[in-house]
Amino acid sequence: MATAATPTDAGASHGSYGIPDVHWFWGKLNWDIFPFYDPLIFGTFIATMILAALTVGAITYYRLWGYLWTEWFTSVDHKKIGIMYMVLGVIMLLRGFSDALLMRLHQALASAGYIGFLPAYHYDQVFTVHGVIMIFFVAMPFVTGFMNYVMPLQIGARDVAFPFLNNLSFWLTVSGAVLIMISLFVGEFAATGWLAYPPLSGLTFSPGVGMDYYLWSLNIAGIGTTLSGINLIVTLVKMRAPGMTWMKMPVFCWTTLCTNVLIVATFPVLSATLALLTADRYLGTNFFTNELGGNPMMYVNLIWIWGHPEVYILTLPIFGIFSEIVPTFCRKRLFGYTSMVYATCVIMILSYIVWLHHFFTMGAGANVNSFFGITTMIISIPTGAKLFNWLFTMYKGRIRYELPMMWVVAFMLTFVIGGMTGVLLAVPPADYVLHNSPFLVAHFHYVIIGGGVFGIFAGINYWWPKAFGFQLDRFWGLVSFWGWVVGFYFAFMPLYVLGLMGVTRRLSQFEETIYAGYFFTALIGACMIAVGVAAFVVQIVVSIMKREELRDETGDPWGGRTLEWSTTSPPPYYNFAFNFRVHELDAWDHMKRNGYRRPTEGYTPIHMPHSTSSGVVIAGLMTVMGFALIWHVWWLSLLTFFASLFWAIGHTFNYNRDYYIPADDVRKMEQGELRITQQAAE
Amino acid sequence: MTTIDTRSPDAGSYEFHVFEDEHAHDDAAEHHHETGTMLGFWLYLMSDCLLFGILFAVHAVIGQNYAAGPSPADLFEIEKIALATAFLLLSSITYGFAAINVQQNNAKVMSIWLIVTLAFGLGFLYLEYLEFSHLWHVGATPMASAFLSSFWILVGTHGLHVTGGSIWLVILLVQVQMHGLTPENKRRIMCLSLFWHFLDLIWIGVFSFVYLAGVLL
Repeated sequence: MATAATPTDAGASHGSYGIPDVHWFWGKLNWDIFPFYDPLIFGTFIATMILAALTVGAITYYRLWGYLWTEWFTSVDHKKIGIMYMVLGVIMLLRGFSDALLMRLHQALASAGYIGFLPAYHYDQVFTVHGVIMIFFVAMPFVTGFMNYVMPLQIGARDVAFPFLNNLSFWLTVSGAVLIMISLFVGEFAATGWLAYPPLSGLTFSPGVGMDYYLWSLNIAGIGTTLSGINLIVTLVKMRAPGMTWMKMPVFCWTTLCTNVLIVATFPVLSATLALLTADRYLGTNFFTNELGGNPMMYVNLIWIWGHPEVYILTLPIFGIFSEIVPTFCRKRLFGYTSMVYATCVIMILSYIVWLHHFFTMGAGANVNSFFGITTMIISIPTGAKLFNWLFTMYKGRIRYELPMMWVVAFMLTFVIGGMTGVLLAVPPADYVLHNSPFLVAHFHYVIIGGGVFGIFAGINYWWPKAFGFQLDRFWGLVSFWGWVVGFYFAFMPLYVLGLMGVTRRLSQFEETIYAGYFFTALIGACMIAVGVAAFVVQIVVSIMKREELRDETGDPWGGRTLEWSTTSPPPYYNFAFNFRVHELDAWDHMKRNGYRRPTEGYTPIHMPHSTSSGVVIAGLMTVMGFALIWHVWWLSLLTFFASLFWAIGHTFNYNRDYYIPADDVRKMEQGELRITQQAAE
Repeated sequence: MTTIDTRSPDAGSYEFHVFEDEHAHDDAAEHHHETGTMLGFWLYLMSDCLLFGILFAVHAVIGQNYAAGPSPADLFEIEKIALATAFLLLSSITYGFAAINVQQNNAKVMSIWLIVTLAFGLGFLYLEYLEFSHLWHVGATPMASAFLSSFWILVGTHGLHVTGGSIWLVILLVQVQMHGLTPENKRRIMCLSLFWHFLDLIWIGVFSFVYLAGVLL
């Protein structure tokens, strides 16, 4: 090892893992890889270990392992997988948010003339991991969770098209998240920014394992996302209830469709791009190097061909959530359903031809920049149409300001500010001044938090009673709401100003102290958001404790309009005892208006898939494979690769995939005499 | 389909449920599921196509960056490549014969055609191996220039796909041997058929765009 791991030169220790000192058995693993010389990491490590021990202890004490394994981990039920995605999102949100707090605190101190408490190299890792986690392992699991849980219920289906694949997709996403979490305590993470531009991310300038954690985490999780996209498209195309034509589909299903088309059309680009960077780092190829004909700007183009549609992958489902919430809480049908559908489709297409606005400064020339500037501005038209549709739905509606509706209003204000600053950035000359500044950081937090996170909280408050049979506590929900919304404005408004003042983003040191006021305001805002995050956790805990009081027996607490509200809360694992015939948009509202009563006879056997452990096993093996590849433990990576391959092949030899629930059991369950759950395959 | 009238008196003229005994409609259900699988597999192929699309685009950008190293005209032995191409194209035809026998429920003849397909596939892979080992030995390694990086990864990715397809073919032969031409197995054979023809299509792109254009330009 070239450098000693002491606190004073911890910042210089990066790259020490890149020295080709590879043991045949241990790879690059040795005793120096634990970054515990940093008291911050060591403290976090101790706290995490205590928390993990307590969790494992509690699960063991209450004998919950068997329950978790059979009822959740191996389940192919789209609702349980959806909930597991949400849990993953919450856990990773806590991690990603603590990184945000570190950054705000560090920058506030540094701007006031102190040196700050993070070594520069550690600070670089923090902002990288914050971005990666928030996009890939917070926002993505949340929207995928919603799409998984809600969409099949809304189209009257009993599961997704490929239930096992759904389980596998989820566990592959977990696999990526696990690798990132390991990087906190074993080795390091990338210090390159969340999109890891070469040549900085190449072997020459990032010889450490941090970049490899980045690559393998996203390679593995990316496969899961692509598979999930295919799965949900087929579900929507093939499994809608009879009578539900395309234009009678709820808007959330439309946005789910467009989102998953985008996923299938862009995640292969991400996978290919990262695979080429992986080849550069592992095989020594020259795709993105500065030598022997490589072209680093090609990476920037490719990654943003994925990256810009990704923005819409995150926001379109959220637009769908708003389109469900607004009519429900205004007691009106959605204004402009057709224009909403077309706006969604237009956004889907346009999102593919704007990628270059992320790097106008590349110097592609005035014509190219103009083209991409104009397409970017055009996107604001369908987006604006959506906003007006929601506003016109509210106009003369009987608005109830329940928590979901409050989040929607907060979203509208915030997202409009974020969108308008986005249009400013779409003007190439303005972008030359503002790019790579906190102005940009403020812009995308306004759209991703305003248009993403606010919608996620709206959706959680809206569908929680459906998923668990009781409502969320209103008081703590309000605390969380005000903490988030007010804190958000305090945290990010100053960044717009700082950007206009000429500050560069991602700085860990400052020579001037004139920015300190703004950075401290942002820090205060971040602390207020912390209150919001804590209140959200408290809200869930309090609601679970008060669940009898908050119980909803109707299955339709908000007066919903779509089919998910027609079944019990929580729904039985086969969702609906009877297949629907849909006649109009807002099918459940139509049924209620026409005096629908749930049938009490005529039950038929229901065809359901078995649960399976293959998803957990394959993803578990892939996690070990990723870890082994990161640390150059070649024998283990080969072993786990072939093991997962053989397990997958073995899975195809299992022809016993599904079974029928007898009609009599369905009758008993519907009448509350029997409680059964999914069967495992023998 | 048995329809039961459960309309309440004031329900207007709407039926809100479809009552269908799924046991009585096994074939229909099977058929329904099959089309879902085929659509899903098509979507997978499209995502794979995009992956190759990126590799082709990358080759278009850096495929002429020889970095003072060898160019396609120096390296490619176009006759051998043409032979490999012929192998792969023929394997597509023989897979077509196998697919015809699937329709006719003739498991034995189908298996023979699948084995012939496999033989052509392995022949293609062997020729590719010879080419790669030749290139490696003359120093035209993936590390030597951006052109060679792109060439190796594009052609190698296709080769890995053919390898995967061949393994899948062997597994299907075993499964047909075990269970016969069940609806599931038929579906799998049709999926592999799509995959195999898709790889052929990609190879036509590789042959014309990478090899022919590389030698001629």
